[in-house]
Amino acid sequence: MSAVVEFEDVVAVTGSFPVLTGVDVSVNEGEIVLVRGENGAGKTSFLRACAGLLRVSAGSARVLGFDMRVDRRTPRRYIGLLGHENNLYRDLWAKEHVEFRAAAGGGPKSDAEAALAKVGFPSTLWSVPISALSAGQRRKVAIASVIATRPRLWLLDEPHAALDAESRTNLNSVLREAASAGATVVFASHESALSKELSSRVITLQGGRVAGDSGAS
Amino acid sequence: MLAEVLLLARKDLRIEWRAKVALGQVAPLTLLIVVIFAFALDANAPLLELGAGGLYWVAILYGGTLLTQRSFELETEDGNFDGFRMSSMKVHSLFLGKALALFVQICLLEIVLGPAILLFYDVQVANWALLVTAGVAGTMAFSVCGVLWGVMAAGLRVRTTLLPLLLVPVLAPVLLAGSRAFETALGVRADAGWSWTSLMFVISAVHTVVGLGAFGFLLEES
Repeated sequence: MSAVVEFEDVVAVTGSFPVLTGVDVSVNEGEIVLVRGENGAGKTSFLRACAGLLRVSAGSARVLGFDMRVDRRTPRRYIGLLGHENNLYRDLWAKEHVEFRAAAGGGPKSDAEAALAKVGFPSTLWSVPISALSAGQRRKVAIASVIATRPRLWLLDEPHAALDAESRTNLNSVLREAASAGATVVFASHESALSKELSSRVITLQGGRVAGDSGAS
Repeated sequence: MLAEVLLLARKDLRIEWRAKVALGQVAPLTLLIVVIFAFALDANAPLLELGAGGLYWVAILYGGTLLTQRSFELETEDGNFDGFRMSSMKVHSLFLGKALALFVQICLLEIVLGPAILLFYDVQVANWALLVTAGVAGTMAFSVCGVLWGVMAAGLRVRTTLLPLLLVPVLAPVLLAGSRAFETALGVRADAGWSWTSLMFVISAVHTVVGLGAFGFLLEES
C-alpha cells in the first residue's frame, strides 16, 4: 500500500508558537487513523498541515505524493476536510450547500442527494436554510459536503460532535465504506469508545509530536 | 474556468438574495446618505448640482465598502474560509467569481441611487452614454479592488475596521475619476469625461492583472 501522508520531523508554527514540533508519521492508503491527545497536543494542527492549510516550516511533508512545502494547493482537490466548525453558508439551503461544495470540488452536483441520504439527512429538510437547522443537522450537512467531493484523504476533526447515537454509528459505517473503497481516513476525536471501534490505528500526539503509534513497526 | 466563476458568483448572489443585505440594508443606508446631503446643502442648490457626481460616488464608496465586507464575511463565518481555501476551483476563478458577484451587487446599488440623485439634486443627464459607461467602469474598478483587498483582510481578526482603511485610499482615484466623469455626463463641467472613464478602465485592468497574479498568494497567507 502506498503512503498517503508522509511526515518526517515536521515543524509548523502559528504566529510565533510552535504547534507541531517534529512530527514523524506515515499513513497508508485505506487506513483509518485516530489521532488523539490532550487539548493543545497538536491534533487540529496536524490535520490542518495535512490539508495544506498550515504551512510546514521545517521537515519533510508529502501528502498524496505532493510535497506540501512546494505545493499546498493542488492536493486539496483530493482532500475532504471537516473542521471543528462546519464551514456552512447559513443562508443556503442544505441541498444547495452540498451541491455547491460538490461542484466546487470538481464533482457532479447530482452527488449531493446521495451524500445527504448517506448521512441520514431527511429529504424533507433539503430545502430548509442551514440557519434553521439544529447543530446535529448542520454537522450532517457538513459531513455530506465532504462525502460529495469524493475525497481520497478524509481529514476529520471531532466528526462525531453534535451527532446522536444512531448518526454516530452511521458515520462510522460511512467511513469504513470509504476506507474499504481505498480512501484514507485520519480523524481526531475525544470519543474514546466510538473512535477506537472505528480506527485501525491510533496515533497519540503530545506537545506537537508523536508520543505513541499503535501502527509503528 | 467560466463555469467556476459563474458557480461562485451565483452562490454569492443567491445568499445575498436570501439575506437581503444589499437591497434591504446597504441600499437604504446609502440612499439615506444621498438624502442627508440633499438636506444639508439644500440652501445652496447650485452647489448641490455641482457636487452631485462626487456625492454619488461618495455614497457608492460607502455602500460598496459595506458590500465588500459582507462578501468576505460569507467566507469567514462558521470557518468558511477553510472551505473557500480547500475548494479545488482555480484561484483565478475564485477571484473573478467574487468580483463578478460584487459587481452585480454594486450595480444594483447604483440603479437605486441613480434616480435618487436626479430627483433630490435636481440634475439633468446631458450624456447618457458617458454616464452609463463611467458607472460600469467605476463599478468594475471597485469590484476588483474590493476583492483584492478584501481577501487580504479576510483572515485577520481586525478585518471589519481594517478593510475600509485599506480600501478607501486605493479607491480614491476611482472616486475622483468617477466624480469628474459624472460631472461631465450631468453637464455641470465641460471636462474630458471620457478620459476619466478610460482611467477607471485602466485602474480595473491593472487591479485585475494584479488580482489574478496575487490572489492565490493572498488567499494562502491571509
